[in-house]
Amino acid sequence: MLMEIAALSGACAAAIDSGRFEDWPGFFLDRCLYKVTTADNYEKGYQAGLIYADSRAMLVDRIAALREANIYERQRYRHIVGMPAIVDEADGVVAVETSFLVVRTMRDGEMMIFAAGVYLDKVRRDAAGAWRYAERIVVCDSQRFDTLLAIPL
Amino acid sequence: MDQSVREPPTGVWPAGLTRVPYWVYRDPEVARDEQTRIFEGSAWHYLCLEIDVPAVGDYRTTSMGAMPVVVVRTEDGEVVAFENRCAHRGSLICLDDGGRVKDFQCVYHAWRYDLRGNLTSIAFRRGINGQGGMPDDFRMEAHGPRKLRTAVLCGLVFGTLAVDGPDLESTIGPEVLVRLKRVLHKKVEVIGRFTQHMPCNWKLYMENVRDTYHASLLHTFFTTFRITRLSQGGGVMVGENGVAHASTTLAGAKGPDDSYAGMRADNQGFQLRDPSFLEAVAEFNDNINLQILSVFPGFILQQIHNALAVRQIVPRGVDSMDLHWTYLGFADDTPELRAMRLKQGNLAGPAGFVSMEDGAVGGFVQRGIAAADRETSVVEMGGATADTAETRATEASVRGFWKAWRAGMGV
Repeated sequence: MLMEIAALSGACAAAIDSGRFEDWPGFFLDRCLYKVTTADNYEKGYQAGLIYADSRAMLVDRIAALREANIYERQRYRHIVGMPAIVDEADGVVAVETSFLVVRTMRDGEMMIFAAGVYLDKVRRDAAGAWRYAERIVVCDSQRFDTLLAIPL
Repeated sequence: MDQSVREPPTGVWPAGLTRVPYWVYRDPEVARDEQTRIFEGSAWHYLCLEIDVPAVGDYRTTSMGAMPVVVVRTEDGEVVAFENRCAHRGSLICLDDGGRVKDFQCVYHAWRYDLRGNLTSIAFRRGINGQGGMPDDFRMEAHGPRKLRTAVLCGLVFGTLAVDGPDLESTIGPEVLVRLKRVLHKKVEVIGRFTQHMPCNWKLYMENVRDTYHASLLHTFFTTFRITRLSQGGGVMVGENGVAHASTTLAGAKGPDDSYAGMRADNQGFQLRDPSFLEAVAEFNDNINLQILSVFPGFILQQIHNALAVRQIVPRGVDSMDLHWTYLGFADDTPELRAMRLKQGNLAGPAGFVSMEDGAVGGFVQRGIAAADRETSVVEMGGATADTAETRATEASVRGFWKAWRAGMGV
C-alpha cells in the first residue's frame, strides 16, 4: 500500500513537472479538497488558502485558466518528493504526510527554491480501485511567495 | 520633447502629472529620500489590524518602509507604536510577529521598556561592586525608540512620525472615507496571511492598484466572466490631495457587450466547469461587486465580491518589495458566507485568477525600463487631472498617486 501511495505522489508531481497539467486533476476524487497554505496559517487555524478548491472541477478550471486566461512568464517546476509517511488509516482512508521541495526555473534560466513544505494528504481508492486524493493540504514552510503562484504545487 | 525631462537620474520633473520619468523607479537616492520624506515623513502608514493587539500587552511587529515598528496595546487600552529599535545599540526589541508581554526587554543587554516604549531600566546601571555602570548623569528619559502618532480607523491601525499635520481621516478625505467605512463596518476576523514578493519598485505596484484602466485588459478572467469590464457601471474617486482613491464596479448587465471584441482579454470561449466560487452575496446592501481602495503610500483595501483583504506594501530595496496580504472575514459570518469567502479567495492573492498577473507586471516594467532613465511613461488616459471620474477608462487615480508622491517628496 505504501508503495502504491508513493507511486500516486510521484505520478502527480511528474504530471506537473512535465507540463501535463491537464492530467493533474485526475489524481483527485470528484469531491475533494485541495488547498495551498503555509505552516504559519495552518498552525493558527486560518482557513483561507492561496488556492482553495473543493471539487475536481475547480482543479480543471484552474488548469484551464492557466492555459487560456492567466498571464505569466514561461517557467517550470521540479518537485523532489519524499517517501510518504502513513499517519492514520481508517475506513479505507489513509492519511499520509510527504515532504516536498519545488525548484522553479524561469525562461531565462534563473532557478530558485520556490517552495518547500509538506503535503498533508488523505487518499482512498476510487470506484475503479485506483488510489486518489480526497484531500491534499499543501503546507508551505515559508509564507513568502515569489512573484506569483501559477502552476499548482 | 522637453529637454529637461531627459536629465538623468534625478532631473527636473516634467510639468503636470501625465509624464513620469523612469529614473524614479531605479535611483537608489530616490529610495533613500522616500524613506526620509515619506515613510518617516508626513504620510500616514497602515501598521496592522486593531484585532492583532486585542488585549493589554499584545504587540505586533510591522514596518514603515524600511523602519521596523512595534504596535502595542497599553494598560489604558490605547494602541501605540514605536520604532522596533533598542535605544542602546540598535538591536530589534521584538523578534517575532507578535505576542503578549508585560513589558519589553532587549535581548542584547537587557534594556527594558514599558508598553509605550519608555526606557525603564538598564542592566548593571550602577555597575558591579561599585565599578562600571552608566555615568550618574545618564538620563533614561532622554533615550528611547522613536514614538509614532497612531490612529485607529475602522479597525485599522495607522501611524506616522509627523508630530503635527492633518489627522488620518482628513488626509483620506470624506469621499473615500465613506468607501472605507462601507466595507469595514463591523468586527473583522483574520482568515489568512500571505506575503508576495515582487521584483519591482514599490511605486509600480501602487500605480497598478490605482490603475483602473488595466484591470479588464491584463486580467482575462475579469473580463470573460464580467466580474469587471469598463463597460459596466462604476467609477473612480480620488481625494483632493491624491492620497486616497477608491474604484468601484457595479454588478454587470447580462446582455451582449462588444466593447472588448477582438481583444485578447475577451475570451468568450472560456467556460468554467465549477462556477460555484463566483456565487456571491451583496453583503454591503448595494450593487457594487468590486471596490479597490488605497491610501498613499502603501495601504490597499480589497472587496472582490465577498473576498476581502487588506494589503500592505513594504519596499525592500529599489527594485524589490513585499506585499503583505491579510485575508479577512467578519466575526459574525455565517458558515455559508465564510465558505464563499474561502472559495472566492481564488480570485485574489499571489495565486489569484484575477490578480496573479499584478505580481508579475511590475517586474515586466522594472526590466523594461532598465536602460530608460532618460525616458518617461505616458499617463494621459482620461486627460491630465487627478479628479474623481464616472468612468474607469482613465488614469486619474495614477496621476493622484504622483500628486501625493510629489507633495511628500517636495518635487
